[in-house]
Amino acid sequence: MLVLEEVNVYYGAIHALKGISFEVNQGEIVTLIGSNGAGKSTSLKTISGLLRPKTGNITFKGKNLASIAPQVIVAQGISQVPEGRHVFANMTVIENLELGAYLRKDKAGIKQDMQRVYELFPRLLERNAQISGTLSGGEQQMLAMGRALMSKPQLLLLDEPSMGLAPILVKQIFSIIKEINASGTTILLVEQNAHMALSIANRAYVLETGKIVLSGDSKQLAASEEVRKAYLGG
Amino acid sequence: MGSSITQQIFQQLVNGLSLGSIYALIALGYTMVYGIVKLINFAHGDVMMVGAYSGWFAITVLHWSFLPALLFSMVACALLGVVIERIAYKPLRNASRIAALITAIGVSLFLEYGGMLLVTAQVRTYPPVFPETMYSIHGVIFKYGDIVMLLTSVILMALLHFTVQYTKMGKAMRAVSFDKDAALLMGINTNNIISFTFAIGSALAAAAGVLMGVYFNTIDPLMGMIPGLKAFVAAVLGGIGIIPGAMVGGLMLGLIESIVSGLGASTWRDAVAFLILILVLIIKPSGLFGKNVREKV
Ligand SMILES: Nc1ncnc2c1ncn2[C@@H]1O[C@H](COP(=O)(O)OP(=O)(O)OP(=O)(O)O)[C@@H](O)[C@H]1O
Ligand SMILES: [Mg+2]
Repeated sequence: MLVLEEVNVYYGAIHALKGISFEVNQGEIVTLIGSNGAGKSTSLKTISGLLRPKTGNITFKGKNLASIAPQVIVAQGISQVPEGRHVFANMTVIENLELGAYLRKDKAGIKQDMQRVYELFPRLLERNAQISGTLSGGEQQMLAMGRALMSKPQLLLLDEPSMGLAPILVKQIFSIIKEINASGTTILLVEQNAHMALSIANRAYVLETGKIVLSGDSKQLAASEEVRKAYLGG
Repeated sequence: MGSSITQQIFQQLVNGLSLGSIYALIALGYTMVYGIVKLINFAHGDVMMVGAYSGWFAITVLHWSFLPALLFSMVACALLGVVIERIAYKPLRNASRIAALITAIGVSLFLEYGGMLLVTAQVRTYPPVFPETMYSIHGVIFKYGDIVMLLTSVILMALLHFTVQYTKMGKAMRAVSFDKDAALLMGINTNNIISFTFAIGSALAAAAGVLMGVYFNTIDPLMGMIPGLKAFVAAVLGGIGIIPGAMVGGLMLGLIESIVSGLGASTWRDAVAFLILILVLIIKPSGLFGKNVREKV
């Protein structure tokens, strides 16, 4: 579904992604793990078109993404929950969700999907008229995920959804990710919480300073010596 | 006589609100553009001047009446605003702020002196578009023009408020000004939204220009400089980037100026505006309506 081939991304002189290649197949949960500064967020931003690869190919359902505008990428069916949520803090919960459906014109479908978001996150329904800047961190994470779902994505990119959340909430968020996946959305999950990520993913890639150093079935990776040492605390 | 003092106070209020509504219309453009691209568009007052001339052209040359002339001028300046943004500012969007600021001053000079070339520096007289009728309520005098001016500004501001709060385009505008990258992830074409913002801001400035021409009767190519600066003060007073702030800031500035004139110190009028700017920058740089929305992590 999504294929990256030899993608190189720079920030000025900084070589952030050094020829990375990976793929995500329809229906999968794939996780990209790695420590701070490995290039995980950079990868997602490049897929969404916020950054451009200097060289290399990115294709989604066979179409080249490398030169098309971010809004067209969203229209193609890729939606991202960015690191740090980035909810529109000056707007209400409903307005945020409406903006998630910005490119859609099917009013009935939008209404139905909003209903579905409220079922996944009942907390958002309770607070739908609240200014989202006043939501708790966990609620903002739910809103950011709900907002991304409002575009009806085929592929959902999640950047560290567990960041800053209490353990119970992390569990809840991960079970919702599984639920979203079960209802037909393919997921690319970026995490530092390797333990949780590997427990729900089908496959995983390990990123280290801009390079993919390991990849494979997530159960096998979770059991491997290298990963246990570096990312699972022994 | 106590009643004559109250009369005078009310008279200054009427004058102040009329003037203030013009400042508010111009200040809105400053604040909206600042909100979305973080640029102080110093050419904004000159766009108002172009609006005044477009209205003058429609009225004296085409013999149109007030309303069509106002609309004509607003559409013309909306296009001008979009063209200025695409040609002068867009290429500098990722450049330093100072580069963009200097460019804005360049555009301002271009409009002022380009305007002089085109229409000469000669002062033009706006034909009287409104009857000279005056209404007197308990001794407070309302000119017909005052009422049209206030009404036009209020209607335009109400339309703007509705657009920004309730339409899809308005929500997209707020999203882009709040967080451009997040807006891109929603599939919002930020370039279009930025153009749209320049169009609306410039159209409001054009309306202010026509109203000023009608109110003060004369226009000239440099007429945008001082009102432009004052509207900038109004925008800062209300909190730059905040739409209701610009409305309130404009009205307040107009009121303060007319109170100062009413106290017999009309030569101080302009100085007071800039004194306010200095005070705001010292005491509360974020303006009356400014507050910090913090991101939770
Ligand atoms: N805007 C930027 N300008 C310059 N360098 C950047 C920028 N953003 C990221 N980098 C650099 O690119 C590298 C990869 O950053 P990235 O944000 O992708 O890491 P990450 O894997 O998401 O890390 P984290 O887990 O901390 O979020 C880092 O070395 C970082 O310093
Ligand atoms: Mg990151």
